[in-house]
Amino acid sequence: MSSASPSYGSRPWTFYVLALLFTLFVIFLYGPMLAVLVLSFQGPSASLVFPLRDPSLMWFDELFNPRRTGDVVGAFNRSLPLALVVMLLTVLISVTAGFAFRRRFKGATLIFYTAIASLIVPGLVLSIGTIVTFRYLGLSASWNTSGLGAHLSWALPFGLLIMFAVLGRLNPSYEEAAYDLGASKWQTVKEVVVPIVFPGMIAVALFGFTLSYDEFPRSWLTVGSKNTLPLEIWTMTTNVTSPALYALGTVTTIISFLVIAIALSSILFIQRKRSRGK
Amino acid sequence: MLPTYLQVAPLTVVLAFFFIIPVGLVVLVSFFRYQMLVGIVPDFTLKNYVDLLTNPTTWTLYQSTLKFTLIVLAITFVLGFWIAYFLVFHVRNLLTAIGLFLVCTVPFWTSNIIRMISWRPVLGKEGLINSALLKTGVIDQPIEWLLYSDFSVVVAYVHLFTLFMIVPIFNSMARIDKSLLEAAVDAGATRWGVIWNVVLPLSKTGIALGALFVVTLVMGDFFVVTVMSGGLSGSATSGIFNDLQFLNYPRAAANAVILLIIVLLIAASIFRLVDVRKELVR
Repeated sequence: MSSASPSYGSRPWTFYVLALLFTLFVIFLYGPMLAVLVLSFQGPSASLVFPLRDPSLMWFDELFNPRRTGDVVGAFNRSLPLALVVMLLTVLISVTAGFAFRRRFKGATLIFYTAIASLIVPGLVLSIGTIVTFRYLGLSASWNTSGLGAHLSWALPFGLLIMFAVLGRLNPSYEEAAYDLGASKWQTVKEVVVPIVFPGMIAVALFGFTLSYDEFPRSWLTVGSKNTLPLEIWTMTTNVTSPALYALGTVTTIISFLVIAIALSSILFIQRKRSRGK
Repeated sequence: MLPTYLQVAPLTVVLAFFFIIPVGLVVLVSFFRYQMLVGIVPDFTLKNYVDLLTNPTTWTLYQSTLKFTLIVLAITFVLGFWIAYFLVFHVRNLLTAIGLFLVCTVPFWTSNIIRMISWRPVLGKEGLINSALLKTGVIDQPIEWLLYSDFSVVVAYVHLFTLFMIVPIFNSMARIDKSLLEAAVDAGATRWGVIWNVVLPLSKTGIALGALFVVTLVMGDFFVVTVMSGGLSGSATSGIFNDLQFLNYPRAAANAVILLIIVLLIAASIFRLVDVRKELVR
């Protein structure tokens, strides 16, 4: 009797089976990434597989010393600002749009489904469309014009979906209460709405940054002649057969982890500060 | 009313310029003629579609894509459902559940290409699995089909896309009132009865959203299938890729339209099953 519902009473046997499944899944998820991390410290034997011989930092050095591996530094110098701009625009645009969707307005359903369609349209199809559009407009494709737009068409719907989830929990009566107590419109936004929505905005920012920073299919034709980082990695997979590729993988993964850590810890920090009641 | 439209205007403008117009132009160009050296010639023709639909390669490629889609959908659904179930109903401490959920989601925010490549030193001929099996004497020849095969393509897809199942299903399950499960048990339901009659129907929205993501990601993929099959398997997008290399935009566009129609049909049938927007706002 007690074991039929997993949430109460003694732990049923399914707990152990599913715990094992979960553990295996986590190993499956992180194991290969760990292999790349370790192998990026490979020594001069330049072997792409285990065992690790004479650990060294030579492949990282090779990476930033572009004699053979192409323009990694240049690609990074494009990918980072692009990701930051996409992040900023995604937060601004999807937060304001999210607020609009709290009210009924004509065309809401149409815009919502257009956003969903933009999310599920294959990236390659959109890439072709964007490049053809730019060609007809007589513009040349570049990472900071067509590339930026292609990334936004993918990051904005994600941001919008997150805002739906966040704003779904923002009860309109809080704002009404603030008005009733004599707060101005601006005060209500600043003192009531923003503090409640802020953690969600950080989540939107995290999505905006990483979706752009790692995006490949939508970058493929749209960034023009100069590669962003994922495209540079793609080129390297076909012509670089040294652990420098793994070193690049390690570096980008570390950057991603830093961004994730900053985002999650700031959400945690805000929640904690709030629960302490300032 | 006006402020509402101002608030939604930036989103609408971006979607118009970088989604509606590009996709519209793809449809338009797919009816244009391709001429060597000139490129796109604006005559109305159905030749691109006739070419594609009468070419057996197109059908083979779509068959291969459909096969991968169904296999990956089945695996990610089973994994996603049980992992979400474990996190929501078996892990009793909320903070632990959130922590474990984050462990599942962190890889999503890292580079897909790197995660894909990271299978090479694991599955390769001299990779971790083969050398471990050789050392323990289970096999005396390295297994060839671990890498650059349909197997490795499926492994990479599952690795990259299971998350897209876990998150929406987790989200749906987290909203299920646990007393419903208790009530079902009190009414005499067995463990499987509860899962089948209570948990599964209430996770419908999450499953639908997850399936939508997985189907569109696998169907629209070109890069995973190319890298992980070593160029041996193709996908629906391989044809597009080939045409683009010859700057044959009209036929690439026609191929893209066919892909788009199939993806949208699948999406529409999923949306018929559940009203995703209503469930999201709930």
